[in-house]
Amino acid sequence: MNHGRKVMIISGVLVAALFAGSVISRLQVESIRGPQATLDETLYLPSGKTVKRLSLGYYSLLADIYWTRAVQYFGARHYVRSVGHYELLYPLLDITTDLDPKLIVAYENGSIFLSQRQPEGAGQPDKAAALVEKGIRANPTYWRLYFTLGFIHYTDRHDYKAASEAFQKGSEIPGALPWMKVMAARMAEKGDDPTTATYLWKTIYDTTTDKTIKDTAAKHLLSLQADLEMDELERRTQAYYERFKKYPEEWSDLIRAGLLAGIPADPTHTPYNLRLDGTVRVANEKDFPYLERHGAKENK
Amino acid sequence: MTSRLSAITWNTFREAVRDRVLYNLILFVLLLLASAPLFSQISIGLEKLMLVNVGLSSISLFGVIIAIFLGIGMVSKEIDKKTLYTILSRPVRRWEFIAGKYLGLLLTLVVNAVLMTVGFYVALLIFIHRLQGSDATLLVAVYFIILQFMMMVAITLLFSTFSTPIFSAIFAFALFVIGTFGEDLKNFAAMSQGATRWLATGVAYIMPNFASLNVIAQAAHGESISAHLIIFNTAYALLYSVGVTAMAVLVFERRNLK
Repeated sequence: MNHGRKVMIISGVLVAALFAGSVISRLQVESIRGPQATLDETLYLPSGKTVKRLSLGYYSLLADIYWTRAVQYFGARHYVRSVGHYELLYPLLDITTDLDPKLIVAYENGSIFLSQRQPEGAGQPDKAAALVEKGIRANPTYWRLYFTLGFIHYTDRHDYKAASEAFQKGSEIPGALPWMKVMAARMAEKGDDPTTATYLWKTIYDTTTDKTIKDTAAKHLLSLQADLEMDELERRTQAYYERFKKYPEEWSDLIRAGLLAGIPADPTHTPYNLRLDGTVRVANEKDFPYLERHGAKENK
Repeated sequence: MTSRLSAITWNTFREAVRDRVLYNLILFVLLLLASAPLFSQISIGLEKLMLVNVGLSSISLFGVIIAIFLGIGMVSKEIDKKTLYTILSRPVRRWEFIAGKYLGLLLTLVVNAVLMTVGFYVALLIFIHRLQGSDATLLVAVYFIILQFMMMVAITLLFSTFSTPIFSAIFAFALFVIGTFGEDLKNFAAMSQGATRWLATGVAYIMPNFASLNVIAQAAHGESISAHLIIFNTAYALLYSVGVTAMAVLVFERRNLK
């Protein structure tokens, strides 16, 4: 083997060994600093305006990167269903929208991340409303942001008056679809009616192009349907109780009494569970994370 | 005169190509090909926006870097290699040398930007599948980036006429950074009083203003750019570039090359 070849081989092995060593060292550094080290650093620059100044004019690209980090931050927590660890979500969204006030996707989807109750979301509906209001100030002619605002007021803040006002203001913007006026009226008349919520989530499901949001809307629609069906089943177990002075032990008791045609199944085609106190629950609560009246918290 | 000018311009361009400046196009294409699919996987609603922002920001950033690193050696390299003496011993005037260098470097950057723009539109077609009318605004953003190059080339050339390459790079980069704060400088001046106000306003107008040439965000959102902005930005960039190049000529004319 000539000298040049020998040097090449030794150099190659050395480079590979050094690189492998650097990877191992880096993994050690990352394990010491923890998984959130990189994201924590974003708070050293808590102001979007400062980040914008430091971007040397390339702020729209930085906005995309911050938005991606917000999505990743939310996604990581959403996946493990952890409660109470969304502290950086609003600052990340705030910086994103400071960098690019026209980034509609950050207001629309970011506010849904913020507003949904934990562990599905951050459980911060007030911050979600503030984010959308910021979006409206920056994009006053984009009527869909009023829809998002009304939606948050309705679903998560349960402020039907504010929701009605948001839908009304949005409906006055040229180009707004007529159902905004319908929503304003519905909120004012019967805000707490579940069919109103169904109508809203159906609108989101039909209009969104994002898969994550579509999945969330589908889960909400399933949960709403299951809630309504369980309301009806509980009315029938109550009717059974009034007739026989005891609750049915099995669905067949209700079928024999002529109160049911067959064993009732939830929207995923799994039979509902009948409990001894006459209440009804879904068999698999993970399929229905947004149950309002028959969820895990009502079991406690 | 025209033939001498075009000879220097053409040679400057050929020298840049020989320096493998256009290799940056490969990096640009890789960036575009990687960004759209990657960000569509890990983000929400960003595919086109990311492609536009990465594309336009890269065209601008690559160009500014090339302008600085080629521009700073325009004069000093010719002195070091003693080729300047050969050129000036012929019937070539000093201003023709500077103007030729300016046009040659600008031509390099324009060719680079045009090739990048073609690649950028191809990437848009590949990933987004169709172009819309509002995508024409992207061409305005590219045009403004070229105006930015016009100014940056003039600035780096000015520094290269009297400073060493390393200091020219530092000065040119500093002016680029200051230029991105162009509108803030004016706001700072407006907040001060008396003589400071006049002085600060003067400095704000002497410094280049790159902020008004940055319409990447508007283009990415498909917003239209007013014809007035196009006309006055063109006038501003032209006048500023010619002014700074004239200063470079002035300095170079007075420079003792012995």
